[in-house]
Amino acid sequence: MSDTQDEGRGIPKVKRFMLVNRKAPYGTIYALEALEVVLIAAAFDQDVSLVFVDDGVYQIRKGQQTKDIGQKNFSPTYRALGDYDIEKLYVERESLEARGLAADDLLVPVQVLGAVELGALMDEQDVVFSF
Amino acid sequence: MAVLHTTNKSPMQTRDLESCLRLSRPGSGILLMEDAVYGALKETAAGTMLSKTTKDKRIYVLGPDLAARGFTPEEVVPGVEVVDYGGFVDLAVKYHHVQAWV
Repeated sequence: MSDTQDEGRGIPKVKRFMLVNRKAPYGTIYALEALEVVLIAAAFDQDVSLVFVDDGVYQIRKGQQTKDIGQKNFSPTYRALGDYDIEKLYVERESLEARGLAADDLLVPVQVLGAVELGALMDEQDVVFSF
Repeated sequence: MAVLHTTNKSPMQTRDLESCLRLSRPGSGILLMEDAVYGALKETAAGTMLSKTTKDKRIYVLGPDLAARGFTPEEVVPGVEVVDYGGFVDLAVKYHHVQAWV
């Protein structure tokens, strides 16, 4: 495999990393921590996918205004991910629909996938981190 | 005596809101705060469940937590009242005591 050859030449192997976000922002620290990890993975030039499932879809809901809860609004960071070559953003269709949301309600372009397709994508990863 | 119940978790992650609705008595107030504000939204199962209880219980949702999460009062199910922090304090004073469902 080409991976082995790369390692033989001392070139670091690129792994497929997937971060699965399943929690709403602000109520817990998970969403913010996932963003930290995704930026680290990008710094190491890894193949990174970001997935939003269950309440995780709320992380990328448009129009977040956090002034009155005294927390940093980190939602603009999702729009900056493209600058770090992170362009694989996936949202589960079932999770969106259960919340009465559509792709238009999200602050960043994403690929909306059904559970079956998303499950297949998860299977293809080398590493899956859950948040 | 009327009690103010508070809940702060998403109704899609825990069953706190269901337990609160089941065990709170008519005349109670229920305040949704932090991630629980998602429970007050239209087009969600929790919102539908809440809209059936607004006749015998007063339901409130904390506005700043709603705004932080990108939602407006217009997206809240009818019969649910949006309050600010001052309103929260008024409710805590008005009800006999506060019971938190954490």
